Amino acid sequence: MEKRNLKKVDIIFDISECDYLAVLDKTILRDPDEVILDIIDSGLKGRGGAGFPTGLKWKFTKNEDSEIKYVICNADEGEPGTFKDREILDRVPEKVFTGMAICGFCIGAKEGYIYLRGEYNFLLEELKMKIDLFNKQIREKGLEFTIGIRSGSGAYICGEESALFESMEGYRGEPRNKPPYPTVAGYNWKPTVINNVETLVYVSMICRLGPDKFKELGTKDSRGSKVFSVSGDTPSAGIFELELGMPLNEFVEEFGDGDTKAVQVGGASGHCVPRKQFNETIIGFEGIPTGGSMMIFNSSRSMYNVLHDYLEFFTEESCGQCTPCRVGCQQLLKGIEAVKKGERKPAYLEELKKLALTMKVAAKCGLGQSVANPFNSIIDNFREEIIY
Amino acid sequence: MSRTENLVSELVEKHGRSRNSLMPILQGIVQEERFLSEEAMIEIARELNLSTADVFGTASFYTFLDTVPRGKNIIRVCKTISCHMKGKDEVIEALEALLKIKVGETTHDRNFTLLTANCLGWCHKGPVMLINDEVYPELTPHKACEILEAYMKAQ
Repeated sequence: MEKRNLKKVDIIFDISECDYLAVLDKTILRDPDEVILDIIDSGLKGRGGAGFPTGLKWKFTKNEDSEIKYVICNADEGEPGTFKDREILDRVPEKVFTGMAICGFCIGAKEGYIYLRGEYNFLLEELKMKIDLFNKQIREKGLEFTIGIRSGSGAYICGEESALFESMEGYRGEPRNKPPYPTVAGYNWKPTVINNVETLVYVSMICRLGPDKFKELGTKDSRGSKVFSVSGDTPSAGIFELELGMPLNEFVEEFGDGDTKAVQVGGASGHCVPRKQFNETIIGFEGIPTGGSMMIFNSSRSMYNVLHDYLEFFTEESCGQCTPCRVGCQQLLKGIEAVKKGERKPAYLEELKKLALTMKVAAKCGLGQSVANPFNSIIDNFREEIIY
Repeated sequence: MSRTENLVSELVEKHGRSRNSLMPILQGIVQEERFLSEEAMIEIARELNLSTADVFGTASFYTFLDTVPRGKNIIRVCKTISCHMKGKDEVIEALEALLKIKVGETTHDRNFTLLTANCLGWCHKGPVMLINDEVYPELTPHKACEILEAYMKAQ
């Protein structure tokens, strides 16, 4: 497998060349199809976690025949261990707006919205001011595109794109059946591009410097760099932009406290990687992808407590709409508690793993589908800690 | 018109009568009154031509749209893993002792409600709490109490 050494880069937060209006000027003179081809060529994949190719998303939406289309920036950053989008919107919001305007120009959308999680409401006032200014500036350029902002109200599930649309439309944030996908029927059931905050910043970068510059970093399957949110048992918690495709052992060497026993890659819904697998694990789409969350645990931590925390989280945040997720999360939580107390034999863990795998195929959306990631990886690698 | 009715009509004026305006209107009420009273939800349903059950259905889905009375200030301490590892339990205990209430309760003078929340997005600076929309990261039990005492003085 192709891999890269750990390398810190500075693209997202670099403000030395942040003339966003110049990027827009340059881009809107081009043919939208060409711009989309550039994004496809760059290999940029969504930075929210799921990793869908951004350029294709745009192309599908552009190809839809509809008077009304939307661009939505998903800033409902709720995955435990992730805090990069807040930092991006705080420090370089104009780069995000620019990515949205470029998207609107390419797909033929006149309206864009940022859906900001309610926990980040303290950013609202300043963001609104900056959005007003940006809207005015692009209107002066003759670009027919307006950005608005909407707030969430404390529901993790609304980061799921179709739940986010439901929420914006005034409904309970319950995910929809797919297909149709958002590119066909998203917000208000119109063709919609919904991108993560960070993805939109890389779009601005690609339009400024070209796809080749972006491709200089990363591997064949994971082009470019990514912003990581590092937390847990580390002397250097915070936000770091790193080249994709690094092996986890280098990450641990850089950020660990010398006693790292596991890293949870991708937040509560991601995978737990134990020490013995650090060398062979690549961080990227060919290995373990992440929306940015990297939680480091040292040997003083009980992995039972970690898993218990995650399951409590999912039990509370499950929207309750589909049975596999609603009941499954509860039963997994009860199940490990029963094993811990000795009310169930350790072999019961195998039954629970099967339940988690059932949720992976039967749950309606990514929340229920991904509970098996932390559950099975923690049970497989730290079985003794769960039982005793 | 009552105070709540006035508020609803102002918010409807500002955001419009479409279903898409429902969330901003509900959020606007919570911003002012800290929770959604029956009166408020009935009034919103009337203004937006929705059933009251529909309005309650949406409201009751969201953690931040409370449908039970809350204090003037709502404290939400993050309880998710990183903050857990950094000592959120001690912070909560200290706040419970200071306010003389348990998590989920409101003080007698109705000034404070103490709640926990799932990941607030400050994992590198935990433990963290929100008081209304304000963020307070890198807490210790002592620091959390000092912040609260400042709020208590301001009441």
